[in-house]
Amino acid sequence: MSGVTFRTTEAVDFLVLGAGAAGGVVAKELSTAGFNVVMLEQGPYLREKDYSHDEIKYTIEAGLTNDPKVQPVMFRRNENEKARPLKAIEYGRQVGGGSVHFTANYWRFHESDFHERSLFGEVAGADLRDWPISYADLEPFYTKAEYDLGISGLAGANPFEGPRSKPYPLPPMPAKSSGVLFERATKKLGLHPFPAPVAILSKPYQGRAACVNCGFCESFGCEVRAKSSTLVSVIPTAEKTGKCEVRPNSYVRKIEVDAAGRVTGAVYFDGNKREVFQRANAIFVCANGAETPKLLLMSKSKRFPDGLANSSGVVGRYLMWDNGGLAQGVFEHPLNEYKGIQVTRLIHDHYEADPKRGFYGGGAIDARFQFYPASFALGGLAPDAPRWGGEFKELFTTYFNRSMSLLAHTSSLAQWKNSVTLDPDTRDAWGLPALRITSDYHADDLAAMKWILTKQIEILEAAGAQKVWSQSLDIVDNMPSRHLMGTCRMGTDPKTSVVNAHSRAHDVPNLFLVDGSNFVTAARQQPTATIQALAYRAADYAIGAAKRGELS
Amino acid sequence: MAAWPEVLSAAPRFETLDAGEAAEIEAIAAQIIPSTGGPGAREAGVIYFIDRALSTFASDDREAYRAGMGEIHRRRKELFPGSTSIASLSSEKQITLIHAVEKSDFFELIRTHTILGFLASPSYGGNRGEVGWKQMGFEDLMAYQYPFGYYDAEEGAR
Repeated sequence: MSGVTFRTTEAVDFLVLGAGAAGGVVAKELSTAGFNVVMLEQGPYLREKDYSHDEIKYTIEAGLTNDPKVQPVMFRRNENEKARPLKAIEYGRQVGGGSVHFTANYWRFHESDFHERSLFGEVAGADLRDWPISYADLEPFYTKAEYDLGISGLAGANPFEGPRSKPYPLPPMPAKSSGVLFERATKKLGLHPFPAPVAILSKPYQGRAACVNCGFCESFGCEVRAKSSTLVSVIPTAEKTGKCEVRPNSYVRKIEVDAAGRVTGAVYFDGNKREVFQRANAIFVCANGAETPKLLLMSKSKRFPDGLANSSGVVGRYLMWDNGGLAQGVFEHPLNEYKGIQVTRLIHDHYEADPKRGFYGGGAIDARFQFYPASFALGGLAPDAPRWGGEFKELFTTYFNRSMSLLAHTSSLAQWKNSVTLDPDTRDAWGLPALRITSDYHADDLAAMKWILTKQIEILEAAGAQKVWSQSLDIVDNMPSRHLMGTCRMGTDPKTSVVNAHSRAHDVPNLFLVDGSNFVTAARQQPTATIQALAYRAADYAIGAAKRGELS
Repeated sequence: MAAWPEVLSAAPRFETLDAGEAAEIEAIAAQIIPSTGGPGAREAGVIYFIDRALSTFASDDREAYRAGMGEIHRRRKELFPGSTSIASLSSEKQITLIHAVEKSDFFELIRTHTILGFLASPSYGGNRGEVGWKQMGFEDLMAYQYPFGYYDAEEGAR
């Protein structure tokens, strides 16, 4: 840590709320440009020495994520249901945010993702729109993210990807057995497998060591700093400037505004639950697709009676999340898939939407193994397999090392009724309203998942699996969602969107919101690369605005 | 004073459960993961895991255990009048009893705890001698080198 501390009573240039995938990037960009930055983070400041391979701590207990015991999440499928406590969403809650415990898949969105309304047309029951920006607008920032953070991949290997200005800074990770079987099968079927782009170092990079293949990526923090989280990449750079103070255990409850409707700072609970007010000339909210809209909805004022930056009423609406089914196969020989990073090969052949299918949507399929010993026995067997007894034991002990999974990442339509709101009845341990998630699939979301599932099964069979099964597609069985998108959507019209094309709030000139909440469409999931590209772009724009004197 | 070998082999004491309750819970755990083909829940020390869980991360589940075990005993008496405990039932009768309760929330909880006790880190009191991991073929190391499995080795050899 740099040790710089700023006084709460003096306005810093920028206050960043949330030290995750987006916040870490923003803090680094602003501080290296010479601005004073305070970054507040709900969760603790953990380091690689604090992490372990403890399945209970990180997959059963909320070791690195929001804990429903202190921050309840309420869920209902639609507005007619009464919300009940159910961990419908999960987000990284520590310095580094979700970039610490994510699987590290790091795809760029396709050119088509930004113009799907124009390409596909209207979808009944959904609000499919074009983004106000194109792939070309974001490309330089994707490249910047890949080099700043350290991404491994093979340029040109995905024939469906848009043009890129530079190759990846690091070569791809080698294929493990799941990748080899997947590559053979998909080639046989005439498809185009390519090495997974991942935020994991295949070689030493910028003073960090390469991955040691321990296999504990998804849900775990990397013990050797090979996963390119903001915690080990851009946040240390920000702190080294001497202009960025990271305050962990700081839980923001309200953003304050002045009579002119400009933000003046944020009130937060410190680690002792004492209220602190930090003044700032401008604020970036990077708290994720659930906590960003929640904070705006909690920040009611005379000027913004329905929540900050919410004159449109769109804050919290259009929640989109990580759809896609899981298919599994068992093979003759050992794969030992618990070793090595989760995903080494994938396909984008079914990615683009095609009206000829009769529904909107498509998806990507990756070869992976996303189980650890206990999670495999708990939920890795076929839904109709015995759940206890001698045969159960026989199955989980003999299948663990001979199994692989194919996970689909499919479209998720923006629907007005799918939302993040404040629960009227339930409060968290700080006395703040609990998150209430209202979400159910659009018929086309489900159609896309079912269609892709037939492809997943076909690939497993072509790979020579002895036995193939799939897990339930029901929304409740697929919780929690980690990819929280769309709840402060980007657009040109202040009546139908929350932020402009540079992630600046339409209603408040010195307020920026950047994270998954900006997304107009959910593409085919794996949002982190796009969240971070948007963060670089928004920070670049804010630096310009600050230099023009628009923010002080 | 006991001789060293005796001390080392003595069963750890329970923190939450009394010995009678522990024997009943263990009888169920031993049917969920039996000792067929290799060590099961009993040999892995799952009951010690559950005991410790109920005084640490799963302390909220104590009431569920009290009520859930009560319900299983009610079913036991219904199915096998005159029986005195789950542990003293024959294996066949234990299996019949578990089938009668396997759809309940409590069975889901005890199943989860049994699996965790068999396959979570031994530092939680179960998975003794890594017997759960060994039967799955999971080696607990910090780093691995390619190739990891049969198919990537085969590909590398081409």
